[in-house]
Amino acid sequence: MPAPKRFTVRRKRVCKFCAEKITYIDYKDGKLLSHFTPERGKIIPRRISGVCSVHQRQLALAIKRARHLAILPFVSD
Amino acid sequence: MRTYEVVFVTASTITSGELEAFTAQMQTVIEGKNGKVVKVDTWGKKALAYKIGKFREGYYVILSIEGNGAVIAELERRFRVTDHVIRFLSVRLDEDMKRSEKLKAARRRKSASAATAEPRTVPPSEGAQEATI
Repeated sequence: MPAPKRFTVRRKRVCKFCAEKITYIDYKDGKLLSHFTPERGKIIPRRISGVCSVHQRQLALAIKRARHLAILPFVSD
Repeated sequence: MRTYEVVFVTASTITSGELEAFTAQMQTVIEGKNGKVVKVDTWGKKALAYKIGKFREGYYVILSIEGNGAVIAELERRFRVTDHVIRFLSVRLDEDMKRSEKLKAARRRKSASAATAEPRTVPPSEGAQEATI
């Protein structure tokens, strides 16, 4: 019997920062960072957002800096 | 010389005159420590993402500075003793910018060499990104 066919087609996710050739993630850009922090205010894991590991590390640092300056919330609900 | 970016947030109760005076005072402090103010960026009044003390709004000022650690130490000391300043953050930028420039240069070289080589099915920009990750 042949193996059951997989129906889900996986779309290859591309790191937003690589695609847009951003080499420095600015912590002052709250609008950009808010794409990676949903309503709750948590940082989206990269397995969901598709951000590469280099940029995820930069992104996490930028978000933490933005939080300190009250540009982004620590928690919100 | 190092490049820094210093952001400070003042309470919304401050008057615009006081804020200007304070910013000017900080600039003289920087120059007094042999630093250089490259740029002063004021965002004006902005809503805070969360309450700091009893404030919901603050004035944001961003100073781009060239100098050494002594400048930053003195600035931060002054921020701490000033009641108006509710938040501040100093970030050293030169190393990050250096790396950023290096990546950009590498990307340019790669796309230039790919353009001269025979055309491939994969666009050269994509190939360059994968190599840098």
